[in-house]
Amino acid sequence: MFSFVTRFLVCFGLCLSALSPVHAQQIDAPVQQILQAHGEVIKKSSRRTIGPAIDALAASGLTDAQVVLQRWQDKEMWFDRETGIFVFGMAADGGQLSVFEVAGGAPIGVFDKKQFKQLKPNSGIRGLIASALVQFQLNDPDPDVRETAISSIERDPDVSHLQALRRSIESEIDPALTARKSRLERLLTIRFGSSDAKRIEAIESFDGDLGVDLRAALNPLVSTRIEAAAELPEGALALEVGSDDLSVDAAYDILIAAELAPPRVSSDGLRDTLVANIDNGTVAGIEVASLDADEARFSAYAALAEAGLAQPLVTDATITETLQKFQFYEVFTGAPVSVAQAAQVALDDIETRVALSQTADLALDGLSLASIYFLAAIGLAITFGVMGVINMAHGEFIMMGAYTGYVVQLFVPDYTLSIVVAIPLAFAVTFGAGVAMERLVIRWLYHRPLETLLATFGVSIALQQLAKNIFGTQARPLTAPGWLDGSWVINDIISISYIRIAIFILALLFLALFLFVMNRTRLGLEVRAVTQNPRMAASMGINPDKINMLTFGFGSGIAGIAGVAIGLYAKVTSEMGSDYIVQSFMTVVVGGVGNIWGTLLGATMVGFLQKSIEWMNPSNTLAAQTYMILFIILFIQFRPRGIIALKGRAAEA
Amino acid sequence: MVDLSLSATRRPLVTRYPSLLIFLGVLALFTVSVTILSEGFGIGVISTSFVKTLGKTLCLCLVALAMDLVWGYCGILSLGHMAFFGIGGYAIGMWLMYARTEIIVRESLAAAPLPPTPQEISDGIAAQIFGVVGASEFPPIWAVAHSLPLQLAAVVLVPGCIALVFGWLAFRSRVTGVYLSILTQAMTLALALYLFQNDSGLRGNNGLSGLQNLPHLDHVSQSTISIVFFWASALALGLGYVLCTWVISGKFGSVIRAIRDDEARVRFLGYSVEAYKLVIFTFTAVLAGIAGALYYPQAGIINPAEIAPIASIYLAVWVAIGGRGRLYGAVIGAAFVSLLSTWFTGGQAPDIDLGFYTVNWVDWWTVLLGLSFVIVTLFAPRGIGGLFDLISERRSPERHGADLGPEPGALQEREADR
Amino acid sequence: MSTLLEVSGVSVSFDGFKAINNLTFQIAEAEMRAVIGPNGAGKTTFMDIVTGKTKPDSGRVLWGEKSVSLLTLSESRIAQEGIGRKFQRPTVFEDQTVADNLMLALKKPRGPLSVLRFRPSRADHDKVAQLAEQIGLENALQRKSGELSHGQKQWLEIGMLLAQEPRLLLVDEPAAGMTPAEREHTTELLVEAAKTRAVVVVEHDMEFVRRLGCKVTVLHEGSVLAEGSLDHVTADEKVIEVYLGR
Repeated sequence: MFSFVTRFLVCFGLCLSALSPVHAQQIDAPVQQILQAHGEVIKKSSRRTIGPAIDALAASGLTDAQVVLQRWQDKEMWFDRETGIFVFGMAADGGQLSVFEVAGGAPIGVFDKKQFKQLKPNSGIRGLIASALVQFQLNDPDPDVRETAISSIERDPDVSHLQALRRSIESEIDPALTARKSRLERLLTIRFGSSDAKRIEAIESFDGDLGVDLRAALNPLVSTRIEAAAELPEGALALEVGSDDLSVDAAYDILIAAELAPPRVSSDGLRDTLVANIDNGTVAGIEVASLDADEARFSAYAALAEAGLAQPLVTDATITETLQKFQFYEVFTGAPVSVAQAAQVALDDIETRVALSQTADLALDGLSLASIYFLAAIGLAITFGVMGVINMAHGEFIMMGAYTGYVVQLFVPDYTLSIVVAIPLAFAVTFGAGVAMERLVIRWLYHRPLETLLATFGVSIALQQLAKNIFGTQARPLTAPGWLDGSWVINDIISISYIRIAIFILALLFLALFLFVMNRTRLGLEVRAVTQNPRMAASMGINPDKINMLTFGFGSGIAGIAGVAIGLYAKVTSEMGSDYIVQSFMTVVVGGVGNIWGTLLGATMVGFLQKSIEWMNPSNTLAAQTYMILFIILFIQFRPRGIIALKGRAAEA
Repeated sequence: MVDLSLSATRRPLVTRYPSLLIFLGVLALFTVSVTILSEGFGIGVISTSFVKTLGKTLCLCLVALAMDLVWGYCGILSLGHMAFFGIGGYAIGMWLMYARTEIIVRESLAAAPLPPTPQEISDGIAAQIFGVVGASEFPPIWAVAHSLPLQLAAVVLVPGCIALVFGWLAFRSRVTGVYLSILTQAMTLALALYLFQNDSGLRGNNGLSGLQNLPHLDHVSQSTISIVFFWASALALGLGYVLCTWVISGKFGSVIRAIRDDEARVRFLGYSVEAYKLVIFTFTAVLAGIAGALYYPQAGIINPAEIAPIASIYLAVWVAIGGRGRLYGAVIGAAFVSLLSTWFTGGQAPDIDLGFYTVNWVDWWTVLLGLSFVIVTLFAPRGIGGLFDLISERRSPERHGADLGPEPGALQEREADR
Repeated sequence: MSTLLEVSGVSVSFDGFKAINNLTFQIAEAEMRAVIGPNGAGKTTFMDIVTGKTKPDSGRVLWGEKSVSLLTLSESRIAQEGIGRKFQRPTVFEDQTVADNLMLALKKPRGPLSVLRFRPSRADHDKVAQLAEQIGLENALQRKSGELSHGQKQWLEIGMLLAQEPRLLLVDEPAAGMTPAEREHTTELLVEAAKTRAVVVVEHDMEFVRRLGCKVTVLHEGSVLAEGSLDHVTADEKVIEVYLGR
């Protein structure tokens, strides 16, 4: 009936203006009819009255309605000044306007802009339109659009979304999206639910959930404010002034804010008042020159206050006196008490679970740091632990391995392939470097550990500078293959990046390799023989020189592979070796020299320790390292030979 | 024979150690020459900045002396003495910075209508000094920064106490050899990392700066100040040398060298090895602290990078190249290598054009230094000091590699005892 | 004669191996004792325990008239109490002169500060010269001890022991690697020393032990197998079995 009348009226208008640019068939489109029905409010464009128009469009369920809302929001809706018919318009050259149909969007033609008037919805209206659009998006046949809509609500939830969301859940077919919608609906209910009971129900439905979004929804509900009054209101919990919850200063500040007490006079304010009252070299009769101490200034100020030239000084005594007149208590500001309490219970529960999860996450972090230290230290465990040779250039071998990886990536663009090539190549390069160093330097210094330490320092300094000269001082990238990107997420708190998992696995592989080589191969047998008694081994036909050379090469080679792994995880710089060398030595020493299990335990201890200290003081990793080193120094007091103490030549070195 | 031995040990220090007299003579001559050639007091051939470099070098010689005592004589390869050096620098730097800032703050507050209260002055100084790390209050370690005598005491006491505590812990648990070296390196690293933090109370990696400007001495030119500091450094080095010679001359020197060569045997002679090590470690730490306190006012700036372990490693390099186990060796090594480093890294050394590549010494000096260090360790363990043995053949005693640590036989014997 | 050192019920094991097993041993002042035993009998470990190098798992080690327990003292304190030890291989400070070595060992305050202030008196020099004469090194006082022959080093070490003026001397295989003439001299030194103090000599060489002419203790598997004169113990069935493996 209504639409009939409208149509009639519009037809009538059209007939009157035959010259009007818009064709008659426009009027029949259902969306145009809805627009015409609410034509007045739409043209009036007021946030207060526009509601029914948008609702009608949204409720129509028309595809065209969605387009209309969108373009209206984008300020692309115009109407014919004469006929009042709504069209889409795009500015064209020379003050012209390209006009399109609101139903279907077919072009109508280019006309003079003056014949049309643009709808300019203000931000309030645009917000309403956006909410209405959400409903269309939530029901869009394309799941991607639906997901985008859900994400946008998650980002910026609003009470207006709640109805649309609820409506869209039933028709949702994708189970994953249904779950997300339902979760979002409950989150929105917590925030905007119509009754306290529903909100509490929604809160309780999240039992066991740790989501950040849930905490974001709950936290505002439990916000409190401390208030002061002469009498404690019924049921409010009094706070003691001077306790941890409420310091004397904070309590007085509350009184000042509530204008229940005069503000304190700051030392700056006091000074300004004195300055303002300087009169002929004196303040209240006191010489300015003598006002170089707080006591003198206080007494001058008191004199001013006495004379009524300044407000009285608020002293500690007056503060105490004032505070005694008031009671302080907390009130919930975010939600009604029952909801707030339910939220508090839920939050407490979450906090406990979060603490557990954080511990688990910390353990994972510690484990991954431990595997990095283990990787860095295992080569050292061989050269220092097995042979008793201290190699201060070990860190530079790690660096060499990392740079090998970097150079390989320059030639082999495929990241997976380049890593596959880089690992054996890094081993080869550092093996060669290790053998060369053993031949040229270390062989001459066996049994002179301090000399070895110094000579390898020299090598370390030279190698570091050499790397600087070749590769420059800036960090070089060593990119991990794509399949190592991202992380394994267990819940909102526990997650670990794949690259760390890979490093952990690599550490395990190295451990297995070491055990295999040392215990199951001829080389290992000979190494152990040479370690225990070189002369005896020599008399049995083992060439100790060769074995020492190979062992040193093996240890250095492993450092090279570790370098590739560390390079993937951290940055490749000429100083990366020195970043790890002290920790590596600590790992070996703490674990107990000459025993791979000791190194493993040492790495675990150092890794977990560092993570725990960082957790206690998360802002400051430098301090964490400081405290860890101090702890290790103390630890060595109690177990000078490390966790697993060995007797023998290596332990005596 | 008996009389000979008697006279051999009863003679005064100077005649027993002729090198002492020669050293003091050379040092005096050097000081006088530099003074004559300087801008401040002489004909101005040597620039003020080079006088400062020479003064700093003398301080490095002093810390090298300490290093030689602890390493060359007592066998403790400490990688922490540059940390003590740095602590000495920080201790004096705190007073220098405080006192200078105080003057500035007082001047700026003098214009205020009211005379400033002590609290206002203190707040002003704190804001000036710590603004750079976003703080405005004095941390507790600055409690005595206003007092020169107390900060001078800190120059001696802080390195001394740290060395005492660390040494006591390390020595009593019988950590020796490379383990001790690594432990001292870890200590140094811990200290450096701590100082790198902004809330360490020592301005994080900004360090302390403007130390060359002595408070209340603005009217005195830098050329004069530089030469006075040069004299002070020379005096400290001379006194340090005499003191070190005295320490190593008598039975004490005999004991510490014995500890270096075979500490278990010394223990069975009834000497408390730990106590001796602790005395030497602490004494040399104090010496290093004093050297640092003289060095940094000449350098003008100190930051945590100066304390990083690599600095202590370079110290060991100097002493090794100069020849450890002889005091003049340490001095020669420190002077030679540090001046050479300044020359090379300062860009004064001419580049070498190889046709296909130009060797730029600023880049390649460190490589050369590292390699020459390896070569010295391998082929010339006596260092530059060893050359003196070649020159004065008659004073060249047979050395049995004892200063290179225990010989292999001794090591294996201890195993056999086990 | 009063007991100087009393070791009772001492046991120590390394990684499960019992090096010393319920060992009991006593020595009086001014007594010489030879300790013999096959390899691994625990002779060196016994010395380690007395000198404080090794802490036993159980047992008591008491010293002197006041029966001080040595187990709580450090090596250097035990040495200051008056127990001197000579190692199997000569360990002298090779970088220092013979005179320095002897001066180092001379019985004087051992603390760092008193040592720092110490300047040798004429009496000290005389004492050093006299010791050097005693060990036959009077012409080598200003030589570096590293230059000495093996036998001379052994003597120097014995001289250093004597310079310490200990009440108990523990000597580990003093005659090893010596020429017959040098052995002769060593025997004299030890016998002379035993006149004024207790001396324990660990030795393999029966001939050397016979020449010392003192009571003999036979150790086996960490405990005392037999004790008495050399003739007595060599006639003991168990000793013969242990030594000859029957």
